[in-house]
Amino acid sequence: MQIDLIDIHKSFGPVYANKGLNLTFSSGKIHGILGENGAGKSTLMKILSGFFKADRGEIHLDGKPVTIHSPADAIQYGIGMLHQDPLDFPPMPVLDNFLMGARGGLFPDRRRARKEFLDLSRQFGFDIDPANYVDALTVGERQQLEILRLLWLGVEVLILDEPTTGISAAQKKKLFITLRKLASEGKTIIFVSHKLEEVGELCDRVSVLRAGELVGEMNPPFDNNRLIAWMFGKPVVKQEQQRVQPGEDVIELRHVALEDYRLKMNDINVKVRSGEVIGLAGMEGSGQALFLRACAGLLRPVGGEILIHGESMTGQPYRSFLRRGVAYLPASRLEEGLVPGLTLMEHFSLIDGNRGLFINQKQAMETCNQRIQEFNIHGRATSPVESLSGGNQQRALLALLKNPLSLILLEHPTRGLDIESTIYIWSKLKARCRDGAAIIFISSDLEEILSYSDRILVFFSGQVSDPLESDSTTVEELGELIGGRGWQKVATSQE
Amino acid sequence: MEKKLTSRWMNLGLQSLSILAALLFTTVVLLLSGAPPLQAYRQLIIGMVGSLDNVSNILVAWMPLLITTAGLLVTFAAGLWNIGIEGQITLGAVFTTWVLRSLQDSPMPAGIILALAILAGMLGGALWASLAGVLKTFGGVNEIFGGLGLNFVASALVLWLIYGPWRRPGVASLSGTVAFPERLSLPTLPNMSISLWSLLLGAISVAIIYILLRGTYIGLKLKAIGKNIRAAYILGVRTWQYMMLSFAVCGLFAGLAGAIQVTAVFHRLLPYITSGYGYLGLLVAMLANYQAILIAPITLFYAGLNIGGIQLPIALKLDSSLSGVLQGVLVLFVLLGEGVRQRFTRRA
Repeated sequence: MQIDLIDIHKSFGPVYANKGLNLTFSSGKIHGILGENGAGKSTLMKILSGFFKADRGEIHLDGKPVTIHSPADAIQYGIGMLHQDPLDFPPMPVLDNFLMGARGGLFPDRRRARKEFLDLSRQFGFDIDPANYVDALTVGERQQLEILRLLWLGVEVLILDEPTTGISAAQKKKLFITLRKLASEGKTIIFVSHKLEEVGELCDRVSVLRAGELVGEMNPPFDNNRLIAWMFGKPVVKQEQQRVQPGEDVIELRHVALEDYRLKMNDINVKVRSGEVIGLAGMEGSGQALFLRACAGLLRPVGGEILIHGESMTGQPYRSFLRRGVAYLPASRLEEGLVPGLTLMEHFSLIDGNRGLFINQKQAMETCNQRIQEFNIHGRATSPVESLSGGNQQRALLALLKNPLSLILLEHPTRGLDIESTIYIWSKLKARCRDGAAIIFISSDLEEILSYSDRILVFFSGQVSDPLESDSTTVEELGELIGGRGWQKVATSQE
Repeated sequence: MEKKLTSRWMNLGLQSLSILAALLFTTVVLLLSGAPPLQAYRQLIIGMVGSLDNVSNILVAWMPLLITTAGLLVTFAAGLWNIGIEGQITLGAVFTTWVLRSLQDSPMPAGIILALAILAGMLGGALWASLAGVLKTFGGVNEIFGGLGLNFVASALVLWLIYGPWRRPGVASLSGTVAFPERLSLPTLPNMSISLWSLLLGAISVAIIYILLRGTYIGLKLKAIGKNIRAAYILGVRTWQYMMLSFAVCGLFAGLAGAIQVTAVFHRLLPYITSGYGYLGLLVAMLANYQAILIAPITLFYAGLNIGGIQLPIALKLDSSLSGVLQGVLVLFVLLGEGVRQRFTRRA
């Protein structure tokens, strides 16, 4: 099936995710879509698969304009999407999952479905027991199940959103073979990724998105340097930064192993000294968030040891990390950082550490107003935090940091903020460094990483690079590492 | 400013509309059951304020409902649905009865026995509530299911006591245990059923909850947990400890309500000693939008409906459950009105 996307626009509040995108996908081909986080890839694919509705623009299937109202609708048109996180039902058996979304009356013909499932599996060389439960499968197997399900539903277009995250090398190989086979049968494959290697290996054509716009398209052979330049935009200008003379060790990770349901990280060894700023680079979901949460005491390592000021924190609860001066500022400000429904003043009272029963409202008001002034928060003591703008919420979070601190951990400290707020926030953070705190932060903005870090750790699929001196690192090098190239030189940890 | 004012007027309008809709719905129910609606409402009002006795009975019913609702505000603040409240009232009544039974023949002054019995009731409620809390925090059992299960256990316990160890000599029956001597009841006003002590306990309860939720660190932390437990945890609030505390505090008040049911209302242990005030309290708390200030008038009105309904079977041969219909429907329509408002304002 040939798909034409014409002038697709989509915004979420003030944020533009897609700005007038024009793309064409033709049958029998594997199309790659490249772009960094927030480039608008997922949004576009969700529009095509009926998850979102475009604000403006048209979708043509084989030349005919269509309106897709829901994912079920999309499947009727023959478009199926494999989401980044498997959207299946772990507590249910494989066969029930397979039947999900199928039409066929009140009583599904399970026997026939089982037979067809096994036939399809054999065709692609998959080996999944239909009686097994989904939560017993690996991410790769769940993906295979989902592909089979969509094919069984008669899908002609298969969209895969970052399908290689969290699956083994063998499963990846099998996935690629499957995708090539499907393309040769005339199906349209859309492969969304940020991994240059994979796109280069698999795709017949690549489109690069940046900030909601199409920057360029390329046919093989691919010129990686140009693709990187397209993905990250203008050459990054490094700002002159003031360094703080590093002091003693604040945190040390020794042979730390971390894992969640899709990522395993082994043998991480890092030492951070007071006054240092460490930037964590990598595509979202490459392991940097796990790393940061482990440093905060919110995620227990499955192996190794974390030391703070030379003291082992193994088995210690989050509160012990807090007591030792560790602070964690999550990326989702209103989900994890602040309490919507409480005012600024109530937030300051919440953390003021007073042991009494009654809140001294007058004093709380004074403290709050003082912080509001000091951190230049546009809001009043009685403003509920959710009424503040993103930048002011971030300032409020900074204002909530205790003093003194030894380690500040930040996820995307300036995401969604304007230049002025960004500069302001980093001036406050740098002041903390001069007071002896170490900072570790995640950012998807390479410019921010290069401008503010002393050293950089790059994450890729759960691997962590050796610390790179930011002075001697170029944006090209970073871009390649983030895309999974050139790891022989820098990798210390292997899966 | 102007926008705020219009939205306030809109709120008021919607709320009046909800109440009207509730009345309309109840009227339809009345018509369907073949009863004259105006007559029924008239009798309901007579049942409420027709005589001094009736008013006094309303006050009697008001206090346990008020105290229960006050307690529920604490668990609601922490974002918890304490459905187990019925069992907590029941256990309060059981503990109170237990102390009264054990001490009724002792030479101790009645005042001290009563004080001990009420304290024991509060303890009983708190223990039962803590059980739901332990199930939630350590067993991963949602407080709704845990509480519901514990409610069944509590009513089974009461039945067993009434038919077993605490049965009346000779006949064990649903009419409960032997009534306590009058000196073991909270002293009432002359010729009236209401006790000033019970009014006083009610007033103190509401005052405590109001201050707790408004002016203390405990209240603030509970609110933070209720609104965003994840952020509260990351900001350093001891989340499960405070959730346990909120269960225990709510249980204290539920137990107190149970103690009052025994010492000021029924003077014995009955199978249905809670009078359903636990569930009713949940409704009232929602209706009051979890504001301590509002629960006093609303519980008074609801107690009035309960007492007024008694008049219906006598005068119109209608079942007294009509009050229950009105009570329930009122909550539904007010919540519906709130839902409509939110949809409306989001659109705008």
